[in-house]
This record gives sequence, structure tokens and C-alpha cells, in this order.
Amino acid sequence: MNTRQQSKLIYSWYGKPLGSDRKLRTSQYKGILITSESTKTETCIQLGDFILVEGVNADQPYVAQLMDLYEDGAQHKRAVVQWFCRLEEIPQNKRKLLKREISAQEVFFDQILGYDTDIAAETIIKSIVVLPLHLSEELPTITLNKEQTFYVKQSWDGKCFKVLSPDTFSKLKEANKKRSVITNSSKAFIPSDILTPVKKETESVLRSATKPKTADMEIESKHSASKSSLAKERHSQRVANNDIKTPTARKKLELSSPMRSKSRLLGCEVLGLLDDDCDATAPLKPSATKRKVKFTSDISGSPPKIPCSNDKSKSTCESAEHHQRFSDTIRLSPYTKVKDFSEKDKNLHEKGDILSPVGYQKPSSQSPVLTPRSRRTCVQKTSALIAEQISMLDQEDFLSGSDSSYSSSSEEEEDDDVPCTPEKKTKSSRIFSTPKSSRKSAVHTPAKTLKKTPLQGTPRTPRNATPEIPRRIQAAQEPASVLEEARLRLHVSAVPESLPCREEEFQDIYNFVESKLIDGTGGCMYISGVPGTGKTATVHEVIRCLQQAAENDELPPFQFVEINGMKLTDPHQAYVQILEFLTGQKVTATHAAVLLAKLFSTPGPKRKTTVLIVDELDLLWTRKQNVMYNLFDWPTQKHSKLIILAIANTMDLPERIMMNRVASRLGLTRMSFQPYTYKQLQQIVSSRLKGVKAFEEDAVQLVSRKVAALSGDARRCLDICRRATEICEFSNQKRTPEIVRMAHVTEAIDEMFSSPYVNAIRNASLHEQIFLKAILAEFRRAGVEEATVQQIYHHHVALCRMEGLQSPTVSEIMAICSRLGACRLLLVEASNKYLHMRVRLNLGQDDVMYALREE
Amino acid sequence: MSKRKLKESSEESAECISQVQKIFRERFCHYCAAGKLFGMKQQYSHLLELLKRTTVHGESNSALIIGPRGSGKTTLLNHVLKNLREMNQVRENLLEVHLNGNLFLMKNPFLSGLLQTNDKVALKEITRQLQLENVVGDKVFGSFAENLAFLLEALRRGNRTSSCPILFVLDEFDLFVHHKNQTLLYNLFDISQSAQTPVTVIGLTCRQDILELLEKRVKSRFSHRQIYLMNSFDFKEYIKIFKKQLSLPAEFPDEAFAQKWNNNVQHLSEDKTVQDVLQNLFQHSKDLRSLHLLLMLAVSAVTVHHPLPTAADLQEARRQHSSDSRANIVHGLSVLEICLIIAMKHLNEVYDGEPFNFQMVYNEFQKFIQRKAHSMYNFEKPVVMKAFEHLLQLELVQPLERPSARAQREFLLMKLLLDSSQIMEALQVYPNCPTDVKQWAASSLSWL
Repeated sequence: MNTRQQSKLIYSWYGKPLGSDRKLRTSQYKGILITSESTKTETCIQLGDFILVEGVNADQPYVAQLMDLYEDGAQHKRAVVQWFCRLEEIPQNKRKLLKREISAQEVFFDQILGYDTDIAAETIIKSIVVLPLHLSEELPTITLNKEQTFYVKQSWDGKCFKVLSPDTFSKLKEANKKRSVITNSSKAFIPSDILTPVKKETESVLRSATKPKTADMEIESKHSASKSSLAKERHSQRVANNDIKTPTARKKLELSSPMRSKSRLLGCEVLGLLDDDCDATAPLKPSATKRKVKFTSDISGSPPKIPCSNDKSKSTCESAEHHQRFSDTIRLSPYTKVKDFSEKDKNLHEKGDILSPVGYQKPSSQSPVLTPRSRRTCVQKTSALIAEQISMLDQEDFLSGSDSSYSSSSEEEEDDDVPCTPEKKTKSSRIFSTPKSSRKSAVHTPAKTLKKTPLQGTPRTPRNATPEIPRRIQAAQEPASVLEEARLRLHVSAVPESLPCREEEFQDIYNFVESKLIDGTGGCMYISGVPGTGKTATVHEVIRCLQQAAENDELPPFQFVEINGMKLTDPHQAYVQILEFLTGQKVTATHAAVLLAKLFSTPGPKRKTTVLIVDELDLLWTRKQNVMYNLFDWPTQKHSKLIILAIANTMDLPERIMMNRVASRLGLTRMSFQPYTYKQLQQIVSSRLKGVKAFEEDAVQLVSRKVAALSGDARRCLDICRRATEICEFSNQKRTPEIVRMAHVTEAIDEMFSSPYVNAIRNASLHEQIFLKAILAEFRRAGVEEATVQQIYHHHVALCRMEGLQSPTVSEIMAICSRLGACRLLLVEASNKYLHMRVRLNLGQDDVMYALREE
Repeated sequence: MSKRKLKESSEESAECISQVQKIFRERFCHYCAAGKLFGMKQQYSHLLELLKRTTVHGESNSALIIGPRGSGKTTLLNHVLKNLREMNQVRENLLEVHLNGNLFLMKNPFLSGLLQTNDKVALKEITRQLQLENVVGDKVFGSFAENLAFLLEALRRGNRTSSCPILFVLDEFDLFVHHKNQTLLYNLFDISQSAQTPVTVIGLTCRQDILELLEKRVKSRFSHRQIYLMNSFDFKEYIKIFKKQLSLPAEFPDEAFAQKWNNNVQHLSEDKTVQDVLQNLFQHSKDLRSLHLLLMLAVSAVTVHHPLPTAADLQEARRQHSSDSRANIVHGLSVLEICLIIAMKHLNEVYDGEPFNFQMVYNEFQKFIQRKAHSMYNFEKPVVMKAFEHLLQLELVQPLERPSARAQREFLLMKLLLDSSQIMEALQVYPNCPTDVKQWAASSLSWL
């Protein structure tokens, strides 16, 4: 979706200022009007309303209650809210405290103090309904408009879940009531509550085998066509592209829904469901009736995309026209089904034609007249659904025809359906596991996010399925001997309990990140050091400790994102990965850059601090350096709350490859990891081997000294030790296991550090050696370290004569030359030059001489 | 009666011969695990231990097998893998059915640097060989970035104890080094050094300087296990290898013939001329591939009437094997062309290897013709030009630069791609070469 095409939304105050504070120069208001320029619709949101607020993730806007509205001194419209949090916002590890299944519609009364409750009014999307429920209460049955209705049962204060206090409960209740009063009084407010009655058809219906499939496809297409999240929907509204919402498209969806569920429902389960439904209806009755009294006319479970709603408002003729069109489509709907249902059609048709504003309420007691045959119940259920759909269409139709103000209400209001339909399925946990329930609900609420689908455990979306390497059938053997145990511990991948010798660096990084976290600000840190000095390990350890602290509520919670320059195919992919980590969206690189820039530059309410590790920073270099520039620019923004830890090998990377403006943004907080000294290496090895007597003390020291002298790479040190255990094990397989001694370590070191060239030359064939001698002779003669094969050939022949050997032919010489060239003992030109091919040595003349002399 | 008997025996031997040829064809042409290993016991046990630990303990490792071409790197690896599978089979009998699955699940993505020319192709190939592509349909091949993320995610999910170990074999490892940023190598080595799915990365290369080509980060992640194959056997062992390679196996159907054949091989190995031939080959190259080539040539001379290879066969094979290809071309040239080559040779001697053009060669040739007008026919210049172009086509002479439209063909600078010794040798065996030409070839000043 192109955000640039969004039409502008105008936010203006509703009514006069209630009061003002001279000192702070703020003035308070009781409501805010949101006007969309393109669709010419107005929405009024008042104090106490429940609202959706734009969040990090467009699919999951935040839920909140509007507590206060005011304009501050700088003429910015501000809002004070009481947050509710979704299940997704609660850390994974705390969710299990809940000990029950949570529907996607359930939210928690947020009592975390850390969140900023003062937000910009422009982030308000629309108003919704949040209903307080007692803990023991079942969630009300499926509503037609899941997106717009949330339930709150418990509060969440960051540590534990609590039952809503009676005070809060009544307040929330109050807010709902008040709101409905307000909406009633304000002419632009007609929330369409669902009071669809229970209808159960006892007649059996022959079902066609072909129809469900096509219906399915229709659904699919509809789904893909309509953006399925609330916020996205809002975007689409901004785009002012209302063409999708034609009545026909909508009709299709409605029609197909029962067909679809029909194809999925299992009879016996339906039976159970029906019973459940009957039970579930009882406790809900009171509230339902109460609402019914108020809005007897609002029956439809109107999904947000009602065609009439988006068009020019308040024109009766227009709406009448709509009515005309609409009723046409409704007329059509039963007829299409006529083909499929042999005896049912008339009945249906009749029902379809009834324009009862109250909705006909057939007693649900009809449904128990069910035959045990599953097939039939299934069909019954289906027919019931069909009838229901039709009646809903009719009622909508009626509404749009009779109530002229209906069409003037904007999309937002329509979304405020209060679900009071007892005949819909309860969301029992049993249904959750079955795919059909989600399908069904998806049908009922086209504006449902796809996100919820996996929540309900449906085996869908293969796109997101992450692959897995097959599991091994036989369990991996555990180490049996001391040496094997040592080897396991010495493997680089083995994570030690602590990182010895990096305590100082650890503390520095920890302090840096901690202070930024506490302040809620952003910052950069550049960490350099040669490979194998524990940079990444230390940073990971820091993050682990910080996460631990955050879990224990010693620190504000934060998000942790890691990218590695080497694991990206292109520097710009960094954006994609960061965005995917943060929000789970998958977009192209350029779009991701835009979204991230927006995310970090706008003050996001409820946003946690992000800690971003950029490993192998130098690979993010591009010619214009825009990736680096953006990365380091974001933390400097006021509201970014972004902490970047950049890791690379070279100490002077900022000066060497970065432009001034990038280097300047990176700042001067730098840290350099020195290569390990031999004592440190020794400590690292011995700390890993704590409790395992596998090495001689001197052997470890020898390895440490050797590695420290060469590179100070801890990986190398561990690898050598590991190899030494293998050699040790191999050398005394028969005898009792012993510890690694100096000899083994020396052998391992020799194996890893010996120059291969000398060995290669010594093992070369006689003529290859003579050829090398000839090269040396030619070099000495010419005084240049380069010669053609022809020149060398002459020397070679001469040497052969001296040794009394048969001199080789030119073809053989060429073969020798190319063999040595393939081993890279020689550097040779392309072979098509034949005798004029130039040859150089790839190693020093002294080395060659040394290698040849020994024999 | 006797005739029929003769016919029968010859038929029988014909079958034997075809059997023999089949055996040797398989032995010399397929470099498969069937071949025996010579002089690499230590490397074998090292590699076997390494892979065994990967399968049994789920230990990640990385190693390079380095050795000149024909030194048996792939043979070694194939051998180890074959034995490893057999070992699993053995264990299957001992324990339970588990390891049979382990055997199947031990994936061997053989990646050859010559086929996987960039990381993108390599990634696709890995995905295919790990049979992950069906997890997500063909979506995974969407883009390079997605593919990499997909594969890394797949490998990250595993852990040491539960995931099936994966063996990556990177053939022609040095070519992977030239991929952009060495992304593939970095990621493979990084996985092998972190607690993810156990992987073992084995690279095969003939370059001794391979470690210098690795980027410092990649190098640090590589565990620096290098297994060198050096052909480090001496001539005695070489003779033994020769015997083993040429003898027939015990399970040969016709035992009498196999006995006869093996006796012959034993004789051959003690024969002086054969030893000379082998010594000569050994001095030139120690790799077994050249030995196979020699034996192939010798064995292909075996027919029904000539059922056993002789020392002469081997000598002939060696002669073919070592013959100079360019000198052979010279044998087929006309006298005029030979004259031109001789003229070029003299020019090279006079100007010390400086390039020449056709006009210079023609002048030199003219001088020779004027001196020896009685014995040589004076060819027209276009005819000489034609002969010269023929030499150009045979690549006996090579232009220094590409011929352009502007430069006249006569004045293009050329170089002779033959050594004077090659020319002299070729003239020695050239049939019916005029004596004057031979004399002229020996010395440009022969007329004095």
C-alpha cells in the first residue's frame, strides 16, 4: 500500500473547550472530529470512548480508552489514554501465567506505569467497543464484527494478571453506557449492533458438491482483495478508493460464507456446538435485551465495507438508490441458491423476502430436533447459516432504505457493532483447534487480520512455515571419556557460563546500554577488534543479562534485533530484516526503509526501546552509504528509542570508509577489543576445562603462547586444543586414556601452522623438482623474477643432461608447469601462449632452495 | 575336431578378454570408491574420525583436503563415506533400526565450484539437496535474500543433540572463495562454529595457498584442519601399486586365465624395461592418474590373439604418452611450410626471440632459394603466404596482437611457438626431407 497516496485526515475539536489551564496554556475538549477529505465523512470521538491507536505494526493497532483531550501550548492536539494491551504485547514468558486460552479479541486492562499515556491525537484511528466481562463469564458468541469489539476480563500490570476491580469494571461499563447514550443523541452516530436472532432450520437440504469449492475460491479472492486489517483498512479509506466495496463483491462474500462452512463442518461437532450455543445464550440475555430495546433496528452484522456508507452523505435519494441496488442483489441471492437446493429454496426465498426490522426470532429449541446422522446435521447447520445470511442482508437492506441517516454515518460507526447474537458459535477451545471455525469467522468478518489465523492453530499460510532440518533418529551420543567431554567443552559453539577476560568490556557495554534504556533515549556504540576476540559473544552476553534484568523488572523492557552484514545478500536487505524483526512485516527494501524511518522518527506511544546489533558493519558499505547513514541517523532522532551496537574488525573504520556525515552520526563512543594475551587465552581454555582433567598445564600454556604470538584469536586456540585431544586419543587408543601432553599439542600446532609449500615441493616428482631448480637458475641468470617456459626449458634440459636423465619433451614440460601452477607453487599465465608463457614463483626463492636442498 | 576345440578355446578367451577389458575400464576410468587407497592411511583415519564424530556426537567441524590434482582427494572422501555408511549398517545390526534412518538422513550436498558459479545457485542447490524446497513450494526461490534467510533460519533451528547432522562437501573449494564477500563460506563456517544444526564442511582443493585466499573473518571461523595428500610414496611402492592396479581380482570367473594374467603381471613388474618405463613415468609425475592412463593404453592393446600385455606394449604406451604434440604436427607439414619454419627459427636466432612478420620470413626464405635455386622450386609470394597462413591456423605461429583491418597481413608481428630443439627433432624423422633443407636447418650460414 502506498502511504503517499493516503488522503489527508483532518482532526478538529468537537465542541467548545471545556476548560483551560492558563499556566500550561492548554485547553481541554470533550471530543474530537476526524474528517476524511476524500470520503467526506466525519467521525466524532468523545471522552470515554474506546479507540484504536496507530502502533508499530499496522496490523495490530493499540487499544485504548480516551481519557482526556487537550491542546497544548504549541497548538498540538494531544490525548490522554488508558491503555489496554493485547495478548501479543505481553511477553511470551508471561503469557503462561494466564493459564487459559485467550481469544484474539480479549484485551487486558493495562496498568503498567512505564507507558506514555499522552499521545498525539493524530494517531487515533477510530472508536471501537470494549466490553468488560467477569472472569468466569464466557466470551460472548461470535460477533459479526470482531475487529471492532474487544473484551476485557483482567488487568495486567507487567507482572501478573488480576481480576478487574469492581471499580474499574463499573467504570468501563459506565463508559460503554455513556457512549451509547451519546451516540444516540448525536445524529451521526448509529452503531449497528447485532441482534440477529436464532434461526435453525430443521429441514434437510441436499447439498451440491460443486458449490462449496467455488465459494471457497470466492472467499479467497475476496480476502486477498480486501486488506484485512483495521489499520490497513483505514489506509485504504484514505486512499479513497471505494470501488472495491461494491455491493456485488460484498454479496458474494456473504453468500459464500455458509457454503464454505458447510463444506467444513463436521456434523457431530455442530451438534455439540449448537448445544453450547444454547447454553451460552442464557447469561448473555440481559445485556442483549437491553441493547435490543435501544436499537431494534440495527441488526445487521455489517462488516465495515458497506457501500452506502462511504458515498456522499445525507442524501436520501442516494441512499434510496442504494436501497434499490441493494435489494436487487438480495433478490438475486436466494435465486442463485435455488439451483442447489431442491426443496429448500422456496422456504429460503420466503425468508429472504421478509423485511422484518426486528428480525424474526425462531426459538432455538427447534434445533435439537436433530437426527443423529452427521451429514444431515451438517446440512441443517448450513441451511441455517444461509437463512441467517439472507435475513441479514434483508435487514441491512431495510435499514439502508428506511433510515436515511444510516448512510451518512461513516465507516467507523458501522464498525462499532456490539455483538449480542447468542445464536452464533461460542468460541470454545474445541473450536479453536479446528480450521473451520477460523474460516467461518473469517467469513463473517472480512476485516479480520490474517495474524489471528495462526493463533487459532490453523494449518494455513505455508509461506510463513519455517523449514526444519529433519531430526536425527538416534540421539546423539553423550561424551563418554574425559577427552570427549573436554572436546565438547572446547568447541567454539559451546557457550561458557561466563566470559573470562572480557569483564571490563562487558561492564562498559552493559553500562552504556543500561543507561540509555533507563533514560529512554537512543545512542550508538562502535565496537572493533580482530576476529576471534569475543566481540559478538560479549555483546550477546550483555543482551542476555539485560533481558534477564528486564524480566525481573529491574529495567524497562526492550526489543532486541540483530543483523549481520555477512548474512545479508545486499546492504539494503538490512532494512527488511530489521522491519521483519520488529513488526513481522515482509516488504521490499525501499519500502522497509520508509516504514522504519517513519517508525523511528515519529513518537510512538507504548513503543519499547530497541537494541540493534549490527555485526560486520563494514559490509553494509554502499557507494552512497545511505544504509549506514540511516542506521546511525535514527538514534539521533528525538523519539527513536534506538540503541545501536555496531561491530566490525577495523578500529579506524569510521575514518577510513565512512563519509564525514556518517562518521559524525556514529559518534565517539567506541570500544576496541584487544587481541587476547597468552595469559588470557590460557584462562579461557582452563575456565572451559574446569573440572575436567584433560590437559597438562604446560600444554595449555604452549598453545596460548603460540596463538597469542600469531593472532590472539580465541577460536584458533580452542581449535588447536580440540585437535590435540583428538591426536591424544588417536595415539593411545589401546591403552588407558591419558591427558593431553606437550607432544600432542606440538603436533597439533605443527599441523595447523606448518607451511604447506615445503612439504608439497618435497613430495613433488623428480622432474617437477628439476623444473623448480631450472626456474631458480633462470632467475639467477636473468636477474628478473620472471621467466618464460622456453627459457626454463633450456635450463631444464641442461640439468637433465647433468643428472644423466632422459630429457622431457616440451609437452611434458608444459604438463609439469600446469601441475605446479594448479597447486599455486607457481604463478603462470594463460596456457595458450605455450612456450612464451611467463612463470613466477609463488613463494620465496629461499624457501624453494631450502625445500630442494634437504634431499 | 581340433579346429573346433581351438575355436572353443578362443571363444572362451574372447569372453575372458572382454571381461578383462570391462574390469580395467571401470578401474581406470571411474574414479569411484571402488578404487583402492594407496599411502593415505593417516589421512583416511583422520577424516573418518572427523565424520564419525559428526554423525555420532553431532559435533560441528570444518576441514580442507588439499592435494595436487590426481592425488586422490575425491577417492579418499568417497572411501570414507562408503565405509561410514557400512559402519552405520553394522551398528544397525547391533543396536536398533535407528541408524538406518541416520544413514539416509545424512545428506551430502556435493557442491562443485565449477557448477555452482555463485552463491545464489549454490544456495538453491543446497535447498534442493536438503529437500527443503517442498516445504514452502517454489516461493523459496523468490529472491536470493529470502533464500539465504530461509536456509539460515532452517539451520539455526536445529541443535546439537536433536538435529540430523549435515555434511557439506565443497568440491573445487578455491572457486567458492571468489564469490562475493564469501557469504556462503562465512555462513557455513559460522554455523559450524555455533550451537546450531551440526554441520561438517569439507572442502576439496588443489591450491596450497587456499588459506591465504580466505577473508580474515572467514578464516577465523574455519577450524584450520587441513588434510594434505601428497603422493608421498617412493618408487618401490609405485611398483606395488602398478602390480595391484594391473592384476585381476580373485573373483574373476576364469581362474586359470586370471592366474596366467597375474603371473604375467608379476613378470612384468620384475622386467627391466618395464621398470625403466615406470621409473621414467614416476620421475615425471607421481599421481596415479597418469599411471592409469599408461596402463589404459597398454591394456587396450590386449586382444584375443594377444591376450597378455607385454613390456613392448608398455613401452609403446609410454612413447605415446610422452610424445610431443606440436612436434607431431610438424611431421605433417609440406616442405615449403617446413622451410618457412626453418626461416623463422633462424630469425629467432638472429634477433634473439624478437617477433617477426611475414615479410621477414619471406626474405629469409628467398635468400635460401637464391642460394639453392637448383634444388628448390621458387614459389610465388601468394603461395608462400598461403603456407604461412596454414601455419597460423595450426597455431605454430601466433600473432602478437589481434589482426586488425588496417594492418597489412604481411607486416603483422608474429611469434614462433616451437623451440629449435623441437624443430630439429621433427626434421630428423621427417620423411624424404631434402638434404639442402636439412643443412639449412642446421645452420643458416651453411652456404659459406
